[in-house]
Amino acid sequence: MIERTDPWIPESYHIIKIWREIPDTFTMELKPTDGREIPRFASGQFNMLYVFGVGEIPVSISGDPGEHGVLTHTTRAVGAVSRALCDLKEGAVIGVRGPYGSHWPVAAAMGKDVIIAAGGLGLAPLRSAVREIVAARERFGKVSVLYGARTVEDILFRRELEGWRARFDLDVYVTVDHADAAWRGSVGVVTRFVSRAAFNPERAVAMVCGPEVMMRYTARELEKSGVVDDAIYLSMERNMKCAVGLCGHCQFEQFFVCKDGPIFAYHRVKSLLAKGEI
Amino acid sequence: MDHDAILEYTDLSQLLSALHGRGYTVIGPTLRDGAIVYDEVETVVDLPLGYTDVQDAGTYRVARRTDDAVFGYAVGPHSYKQFLHPAVVSLWEATRTDGEMTIRTPPASGVKYAFVGARSCELHAIAIQDRVLYQGAYADPIYATVRESLFVVAVNCAHAGGTCFCVSMGTGPRATSGFDLSLTEVQGEGTHYFVVEVGSEHGAEILDQVPHRAASADESAAAERVVAEAAGQMRRTLDTDGLRDLLYRNLEHPRWEEIERRCLSCGNCTLVCPTCFCTTVNDVTDLSGQHAERVRTWDSCFTADFSYIHGGSVRTSVRSRYRQWMTHKLASWIDQFGTAGCVGCGRCVSWCPVGIDITEEVREIRRADGALSAQP
Repeated sequence: MIERTDPWIPESYHIIKIWREIPDTFTMELKPTDGREIPRFASGQFNMLYVFGVGEIPVSISGDPGEHGVLTHTTRAVGAVSRALCDLKEGAVIGVRGPYGSHWPVAAAMGKDVIIAAGGLGLAPLRSAVREIVAARERFGKVSVLYGARTVEDILFRRELEGWRARFDLDVYVTVDHADAAWRGSVGVVTRFVSRAAFNPERAVAMVCGPEVMMRYTARELEKSGVVDDAIYLSMERNMKCAVGLCGHCQFEQFFVCKDGPIFAYHRVKSLLAKGEI
Repeated sequence: MDHDAILEYTDLSQLLSALHGRGYTVIGPTLRDGAIVYDEVETVVDLPLGYTDVQDAGTYRVARRTDDAVFGYAVGPHSYKQFLHPAVVSLWEATRTDGEMTIRTPPASGVKYAFVGARSCELHAIAIQDRVLYQGAYADPIYATVRESLFVVAVNCAHAGGTCFCVSMGTGPRATSGFDLSLTEVQGEGTHYFVVEVGSEHGAEILDQVPHRAASADESAAAERVVAEAAGQMRRTLDTDGLRDLLYRNLEHPRWEEIERRCLSCGNCTLVCPTCFCTTVNDVTDLSGQHAERVRTWDSCFTADFSYIHGGSVRTSVRSRYRQWMTHKLASWIDQFGTAGCVGCGRCVSWCPVGIDITEEVREIRRADGALSAQP
């Protein structure tokens, strides 16, 4: 079927709330300007966010798919568009196209043990999945959240992580790469928690998001622990301009990250990840 | 449609008139700045009568023929891509007033194109871009609008260019589909005519407006000979046997580094390629800051910006960019769209400033299948 609607046109959204999470990362809540419902989305999907006259970037959805009415995005202010986005105030209008892409296998993980492994901003798209899992906690087996940040100040969603850790039905591990002497928590890479987390590898599903190198090592550790490569899911990132498979930028060998991903089962991308500059 | 028709050379102008009369903007080959390029054709004399081209790796020259052939050359630097998938196009304009944003698409130009003189490789390239831009889950409305009103007068090649390899790619030199009318130019002792094949109802309607007669068996046979000769002239070949897997298993072949020493990463190959479809967008505002526009332009996987994500480019080396381009054309395109992205037109070979030849690079990789680069 040929989609005849114009895929290039963004919808107008108001920024309802915007706040800094950590020094370089912010969250915004959006609502359509004309009062429409927000489109349905699944954990792990993304939208293209357009700042008037500046440009458009892909940003993963960090909100809960079960939470209706607002669209929540969390991203880091690093480029021209994300910085301009970060500088906007409540009430400002931005353009939104989406949602696009594949999603975390939350439904498929029901009845299984779940390992959520995030590095840095990678926790943003995984927060959607964790919230979804927590909302239906009895449907899942053991659930572990492994999180690594660069420094203590870079720990994203700290209060929410603390809330998850306070539950008796979630195992939450947090580590940082660098810390000053005042930090009494873990220091080191997040991958080392894989061997400590409680899960039955034969019925476990892992969802991993972070820098490519972190995902590669985490996936390897998971495999060493006995998790099969088609039960490990990664969220890939490539340059994106169109998000609908027409601009060519996000190609990852045979895949278009925008439409075949961003979430891939590890066995589909394993050999490509081992090679550089794909 | 059962029998070929004959259009005399002297009546070719009538065909152009019939197309103009139906409101088509006729686009065809024309001589400009020492190359045969595609542009508006008003009359027959706008076509490169009596010209040919001489092509080789890194070389393109126009030359005089000894006869008056209308279509006696291969393809030049242009493809029909620039009309179906323009190099620069405005996607939309936005106005901001009182915290609201209004977005409008520019009105469609309403132009209807008739491509005259499109070769079989061009038709295959259009069919490939159809799959990419028109037949997937999302269609580009700009491409769709132009594509749906397109009329095609194909020409079967009587002359293989020096860099052509369509026979290897199964894309020519005879046009078998994707046209409304096709012409084969035949010249003989005191004769000069086109054998016309009708490919659609539209084509039949146009042909009815032009003086023509039924072709004799001899005339049809003469046209077949012309195309067979062109096929026989083709010097370059590309062995496509197992090509996708060959490239997939040789992503770390030392040949990529050898190519890197020659490749300028200029992107010429992607610009002249009739199937390369990649684009980028630029957002611009006027001085008031209240009016913005989103402009789409062709992009090339040979630039560093193409693969930029926060912190840097994914493909920093020229080796990885050439590898991306070639493996996309000949391997991953097959997984993505069910066809290779190469039609054997030879443009990337002719227009490469250092004469890198995709057929030679494939041969070299195949020759040392499985070799591993010393680099990590």
